[in-house]
Amino acid sequence: MRIGRVKHISQVAIAVIGAIVGAAMLLTPALAADKVKIGFLTTLTTPAAVIGNDMKDAFDLAYAHIGGKMAGLEVEVIYEDDGFKPEIGKQKTDKLVKHDDVDFVTGYIWSHVLLASRKSALDAGKFMISANAGPSKIAGSLCHKNFFSTSWQNDQTPMALGEVLNQRGVKSVYVMAPNYAAGKNMVAGVERTFGGEVKGKDMTKWGADAQLDFSAELAKAKASGAEALFVFYPGKAGGAFIKQYMQAGLNESMPLYSVFTVDALGLPKFQKADMQGVLGSLATQFWSPDLDTPQNKKFVPAFLEKYGRYPSFYAAQSYDAMFLIKSAVEAVSGDLSNMDGMRAAMEKADYPSVRGPYSYGNNHFPIQNFYLREATTDSAGRWTTKIVSTVYTNHQDVYAKECKL
Amino acid sequence: MEWILFVSQVLNGLQLGILLFLLAAGLTLVFGIMDFVNLAHGSLYMMGAYFCVTLTPLLDSFPLAVLAAIILTFVLGVVVELVVARHLYQRDHLDQVLATFGLILFFNGAVHLIWGAEGNPIRLPDFLDGRVTLFTDIEIPAFRLAIIAIGLAVAVGLVWLVGNTRMGMLIRAGASNRRMAGALGVDIKKLFTLVFALGAALAGLAGMMIAPITEANIGMGDDILIVAFVVIIIGGIGSVRGAFIAALLIGMIDVMGRSYLDDFMKLFMNNQSAETASPALSAMAIYILMAGILYFRPRGLFPPKNR
Repeated sequence: MRIGRVKHISQVAIAVIGAIVGAAMLLTPALAADKVKIGFLTTLTTPAAVIGNDMKDAFDLAYAHIGGKMAGLEVEVIYEDDGFKPEIGKQKTDKLVKHDDVDFVTGYIWSHVLLASRKSALDAGKFMISANAGPSKIAGSLCHKNFFSTSWQNDQTPMALGEVLNQRGVKSVYVMAPNYAAGKNMVAGVERTFGGEVKGKDMTKWGADAQLDFSAELAKAKASGAEALFVFYPGKAGGAFIKQYMQAGLNESMPLYSVFTVDALGLPKFQKADMQGVLGSLATQFWSPDLDTPQNKKFVPAFLEKYGRYPSFYAAQSYDAMFLIKSAVEAVSGDLSNMDGMRAAMEKADYPSVRGPYSYGNNHFPIQNFYLREATTDSAGRWTTKIVSTVYTNHQDVYAKECKL
Repeated sequence: MEWILFVSQVLNGLQLGILLFLLAAGLTLVFGIMDFVNLAHGSLYMMGAYFCVTLTPLLDSFPLAVLAAIILTFVLGVVVELVVARHLYQRDHLDQVLATFGLILFFNGAVHLIWGAEGNPIRLPDFLDGRVTLFTDIEIPAFRLAIIAIGLAVAVGLVWLVGNTRMGMLIRAGASNRRMAGALGVDIKKLFTLVFALGAALAGLAGMMIAPITEANIGMGDDILIVAFVVIIIGGIGSVRGAFIAALLIGMIDVMGRSYLDDFMKLFMNNQSAETASPALSAMAIYILMAGILYFRPRGLFPPKNR
């Protein structure tokens, strides 16, 4: 009997303790707003996952470098996969801002995904930071006070390339790009600055069933008699294009000038396949692994050490996004309800960027330098890119004047 | 200059057509003879490419790797038939679509786990990596010529196999009256396994031919499968000859659309709208062709007589 009563009492005690603990656990979410939540949307499936994984790796590295904390608050990163599709990107953005209630959404490789997701994030009153895509609409008429970019506006990089073509006395060029928002921006960009003749242009099919066999286009390019070839083929299409460009023997007669095609994701693969013809090809970019800035000196060796490969520009932009967010959170001492304070802080771009100091235009796109990069070999024999010259200093995109901010 | 471009484009169209034929031949045999809708045919195409990716450096020879990878995809075809496809022949098409769609997800996931997400290039031997000069001024990549040659050889072999051999006779007998052929002592089950695996090996071969050009990628078969279905529908389901002609037709139309449509459209609209409209229109061209052919010949160009 006595034993039974003791057991009874202890059961009651356990129940009471359980109830208290349970209630406390129910209360904690309300108390624990002291956490910075960041949603990171990128592509983690399909062949484009190569890009997404590079961005995620860089963001993870940045997380480690800030010690997982901003202004004393813990940082939580939630990764989502857009599957390379605008409609899924929008759904996942909705999930991040509504269900997870994140404070910032960042990532965004693809212009069409960003355009589809933009409204979901901004209408929910969140900060949206593109770590890659920079479609003209978002820089111009659709600009928004809560949107920031750590990359570039799509047209800028090809505009710099058009300038390079002029400087090198190239008189005529053949243009190839995929037929979607960014592809059109890239072509518009190079046509805006290039003074010579565009002998021909092909916009190829893009999306999940993108065209990867360019035999017809390369034959046309060859027959056009243009002096040089300009292309924009990001991701898997880049590898396929370079391969066919060399198989067609065009590397002997038509030098390649590209944007976002020959990058740190493709070069190790080209090296493995010994595609020597890609070395020496020229591209423009706002950044390069060998850029001499304090933050880049920290970022590139750490990335190389942790992952055994060079970071791509996608990675560099993602790394910057973390530090831009950190500068905002620290400016308001962790008071995440102070949107105006965080916005004002980000507008100053007062954080260590891998590209060095830059400023923001009225549309929250960087006003920054653009460099000419050449594919080459580093001291350890790895294929990478090195800066040849500076093409633009503090360059602002042309759509900024259409933005009413 | 103009005719050089034209001949190059004809060769490009031929090469694309041949590649489509390799893929569509297996599809049309399995769909036409066994009445089985195999959406995972594209996955076998992808697996062929990935087998070749792994085997090329191991064997240090692309041709040897292709031979070995063909055998591997054939074996994979046997396994898929025994484990999955066999149980679906008596079910309706919707069940088959559902099950083989599951196979697509399985294979894409498996490739992601084993080979990773990035595209995998295949290094060609020097004699295939160069260029060949034809008629003194036309230069085309040697590998594309090799694809044309291999495809033509396979086409001839296949027509001979189905039309002139004992196995071909059994295949045709099994297709026109499964029960009667069985009653006469033909092992229909074994025959269908063989046909399915043959289709798989052909699809795999197509994958091995395209991978050195575009790299092996996850989901590469899903993209091209729709075009392969268009080919077999235009050609007449079950007809190897129809698949051959339809594949060449589609390859040619696709390449010519991409080459000349924008110039053609510039004749009657301004440059800007022509540049916008022509990529969209050339992507649609093959579907318009299919709709047109089906209007006049609802069973395709060469429907098999015995069905």
